[in-house]
Amino acid sequence: MNTETTDLIVIGSGPAGMAAAAEARALGMSVCVLDEQRVIGGQIYRRIEDTPEALRMILGKDYAAGSALADEFRRSGADYRPGATVWNLSGDGVVDYVADGGSRTISATNVLIATGAMERPFPIPGWTLPGVMGAGAAQIMLKGADARPSGPVVLAGCGPLLYLLAWQYLRAGVQLAGLVDTTPFSAYVAALGKIQGAVRGRKDLIKGLGLVSQVRLARVPVYSGAKSLEILGRDMAEGIRFQHKGKSREIAAGLVLLHQGVVPNTQLSWSLRARHGWDAGQLCWTPVTDEVGRLGQTAVYVAGDSRGIVGAIASGVQGRLAALAMHERSGGKVPPGRRAVLERQLARHVSLRPFLDRLYRPLDEHRIPADDVIVCRCEEVTAGDLRSYVDLGCLGPNQAKSFGRCGMGPCQGRLCGLTVTEVIAAARKAAPEEVGYYRIRPPIKPIHLGSFS
Amino acid sequence: MTTETLFSIPASAGQKMVRIEFEGETFQVPEGISVAAALLSNGRGAFRTSIVGGAPRAPYCMMGICFECLVEIDGIPARQGCMTPVRNGMIIRRQPGAPSLKALASGGRNEH
Amino acid sequence: MSSNQVTIVGGGLVGAAIAYGAARRGLSVRVLDQGDTAFRASRGNFGLVWLSSKGGGMPEYARWTREAVGLWGGLHQELLDLTGVDSGLVQQGGFWLGFSDEEVQKRADLLAKIDREAGGIPFRMMEPAEIQQYLPDIGPKVAGGSWGAHDGMANPLFLLRALHSGLKKCGADIITGVDITAIEHDAAAGRFTARSRDGQSWISDRIVIAAGLGVSDLAGQIGIHAPVVTTRGQVLITERLKPFMDYPTNKARQTTEGTVQIGSTTEDVGLDDGTTVDKIEWLARRAVDTFPHLAHARLVRAWGALRPLTPDGYPIYQESETCPGGFAVVCHSGVTLAAIHANILGPWMGGLTDAPAGVARFRGSRFLGKNTRYASDH
Ligand SMILES: Cc1cc2nc3c(=O)[nH]c(=O)nc-3n(C[C@H](O)[C@H](O)[C@H](O)COP(=O)(O)OP(=O)(O)OC[C@H]3O[C@@H](n4cnc5c(N)ncnc54)[C@H](O)[C@@H]3O)c2cc1C
Ligand SMILES: Cc1cc2nc3c(=O)[nH]c(=O)nc-3n(C[C@H](O)[C@H](O)[C@H](O)COP(=O)(O)OP(=O)(O)OC[C@H]3O[C@@H](n4cnc5c(N)ncnc54)[C@H](O)[C@@H]3O)c2cc1C
Ligand code: FES
Repeated sequence: MNTETTDLIVIGSGPAGMAAAAEARALGMSVCVLDEQRVIGGQIYRRIEDTPEALRMILGKDYAAGSALADEFRRSGADYRPGATVWNLSGDGVVDYVADGGSRTISATNVLIATGAMERPFPIPGWTLPGVMGAGAAQIMLKGADARPSGPVVLAGCGPLLYLLAWQYLRAGVQLAGLVDTTPFSAYVAALGKIQGAVRGRKDLIKGLGLVSQVRLARVPVYSGAKSLEILGRDMAEGIRFQHKGKSREIAAGLVLLHQGVVPNTQLSWSLRARHGWDAGQLCWTPVTDEVGRLGQTAVYVAGDSRGIVGAIASGVQGRLAALAMHERSGGKVPPGRRAVLERQLARHVSLRPFLDRLYRPLDEHRIPADDVIVCRCEEVTAGDLRSYVDLGCLGPNQAKSFGRCGMGPCQGRLCGLTVTEVIAAARKAAPEEVGYYRIRPPIKPIHLGSFS
Repeated sequence: MTTETLFSIPASAGQKMVRIEFEGETFQVPEGISVAAALLSNGRGAFRTSIVGGAPRAPYCMMGICFECLVEIDGIPARQGCMTPVRNGMIIRRQPGAPSLKALASGGRNEH
Repeated sequence: MSSNQVTIVGGGLVGAAIAYGAARRGLSVRVLDQGDTAFRASRGNFGLVWLSSKGGGMPEYARWTREAVGLWGGLHQELLDLTGVDSGLVQQGGFWLGFSDEEVQKRADLLAKIDREAGGIPFRMMEPAEIQQYLPDIGPKVAGGSWGAHDGMANPLFLLRALHSGLKKCGADIITGVDITAIEHDAAAGRFTARSRDGQSWISDRIVIAAGLGVSDLAGQIGIHAPVVTTRGQVLITERLKPFMDYPTNKARQTTEGTVQIGSTTEDVGLDDGTTVDKIEWLARRAVDTFPHLAHARLVRAWGALRPLTPDGYPIYQESETCPGGFAVVCHSGVTLAAIHANILGPWMGGLTDAPAGVARFRGSRFLGKNTRYASDH
């Protein structure tokens, strides 16, 4: 059987993927877009084509801005395949995905990984209890189902998405029992050192700070500089305990929404055995690429948050720049001036990043937890277990994994990988880069064994 | 029960609803939302118990990566509730521990 | 640089078992092992503790394996008591399953030959209907199979951890993250020096080269001819399922954790431990043909691992003639043979006992000047 071929396969239909596809189509490339979700939009623009008007008002202007991109994408004529879960990718451009229960293969001259981000794991005591979710997860409830918390809810952690959700909840009329903000005062001071770069992004900055002050104005109790977060409850979350201004405090709530930033979804790039570096600013792995996102000498490029967190607008611009590069690599011509325009846009939209990264750097104790905290949710491996493997001589995640099964469950290490690297690094007093990461292999999403019949 | 749920979905005019059943209780939920969203806004409590320690668990990520939302749907165990849209007449049950192979293969009939 | 009695180069199942066997008997032991991403068959194998069909071309190996599986229960209990780690041994018999009558007949002939030559390795051929009494979920494509009462399985990963943990408990030194590039022998002092790439060195009275794919080169430095070849095995594993498979088979086994391990391929691809879509597909289809319900189970991971092998597939266990106290070990079936490696090789290589009877059959010198053909044994 001949494998289906195309000029470009885009994996992911978030802002990076949609923009890349539209740009590539405008250049005359044939484009196939695969996304495991059933609708376009990715994380930020989830359900963008069918948001009820009232909900659109609640979600705000940044969300609604996605409509233009979605329209451009739809008009581009890209071959979009929803419900297509990519489980394997090769450096020469062959992609295997499962759709409608069967595995299919498609190959292309160029492949773009635009698989976005996921919320950073938040391993603290009790984080596995029902009633504890990511703030991003709760936002997915809001976007996808118009679902809002019905009882007392606490938002805890740090990062723009946490404040954005608080702001969206206020607009939706949701009562917040508290916003537990783990950003220490010292972070503001440290972040000011990065403000230089942020001046160009000041509109974003003002917008971001505006969200926080609106939350305060709404008389939501805000606990700034909180630390030592801990979920209360035995079988269900019943509240949160934390240290604030030297005192231990508790807030009762059946729903606790945790968030401490988003991190790149790097499963696909790792599975290619591409080089990754530890980003000391964002505290995560990012694939090593050239300036337009190409992985080494492969046919594969990366754009958007899966290349390193840059936010929705910059993700889209990166997608477009990658499309230009891929077109040129295949011998195509790019309209004069187009690249320069995009590069200026990108520079503007990433200038705020170092400031945000510094300001919202998650606390060490919420990334590198105490011994009794579960790190691997699937296999229920604790930080203490990991430290005991280090005592036996384990130098990195792979030997630790084989000694204790951490990372062997269905989430394939997504919810524990970063923690495992950092726990081992701290125990060994070594750099994360020296410790390394899990060897990620296909299938990069669990697939049914019957997918091949 | 309703006062105890973690989330609620405001009724909106013209919204098409479907009927689902969870552990013997019937709920009317908006068409098109995920099973996980439907259950979080109706039944309270765990969706499943963990395989290793038997601890209660519920959806955490809502985007298909954590596998904490596994439920039995129409007799087929261990389905990802956050990635599965509700359908009229769906019968959903909790997923205690690991799925059984026979039940996985039953293709729609309940087998306990 | 202090002197230890025994240095073991390689902390995989083979090196760790020998080291543990020596350390448990009071010897001072040091294990030198590479880092987190080294080639390590011990981390990627199928976990069978298997007697049937072993030694079709060498009855001594069949007997060696029979003794090994007999010792396993003791090792399992001992490690459990000492370290609290359960290496997951289940020895209630196992099945080989075939898809065609020819395949099944060939199997019957092989097992009969081994039983005749080695003696005391009983087996039983079964029709599908009889197999179903033990494995009710097999599919219609299974044409027949053999049953071996001594066959079983273990958790190779927990075995490795149990051995390392046991070594720690016995006071051994485990030094990881070092790549040994040179072994020197000081004949006058009767001592060995192992040197690593990063310039460290360790001195000991005895040394055991059990470095898997790395044996050949190091063994050569102490005068042992130990050719190592390799094949890649790709393996699949599912999510955890409720127990349904009471006995391991050659094509799939359900682990005590509940996952179903599906294996494995035999490919001649050099030092590439990757996976390929065609083999993943082949393994998945074969598993579904064997147990049709598996079609609905989630495949969570696939991997490739490289088998350290000798050209004829049988082990090399040898002491150097020119550098006494220096040993080399290469073996397939490091899980199956773990207990005999610990209980018999450990004390021998540690200098506490004489060479075990018949071990001369496993000298690497059998490959000198010959072009031996590799015999696949599973
Ligand atoms: C839960 C969550 C909520 C967020 N909400 C906001 C917000 O409201 N505002 C904001 O500014 N930023 C938000 N962010 C950050 C936001 O993700 C990014 O700024 C932006 O969406 C990145 O765009 P992207 O195109 O790189 O990736 P994404 O938008 O994340 O798109 C990636 C797409 O790839 C698909 N995909 C992933 N893996 C596979 C695979 N193996 N096979 C097939 N498809 C795959 C996914 O289904 C997804 O649609 C959120 C992040 C998360 C994790
Ligand atoms: C797919 C597959 C399935 C298998 N199935 C089974 C089965 O069902 N039953 C069974 O009994 N066996 C099975 N085996 C075989 C079994 O895994 C091996 O026999 C066993 O793991 C070999 O152990 P080892 O310690 O010799 O080698 P390895 O596990 O490869 O360990 C060698 C060690 O030496 C270290 N090393 C190498 N070079 C150096 C150096 N220069 N300096 C320092 N350290 C070094 C490495 O880092 C490594 O830790 C299987 C193997 C494979 C690949
Ligand atoms: S809630 Fe995480 S996978 Fe469904």
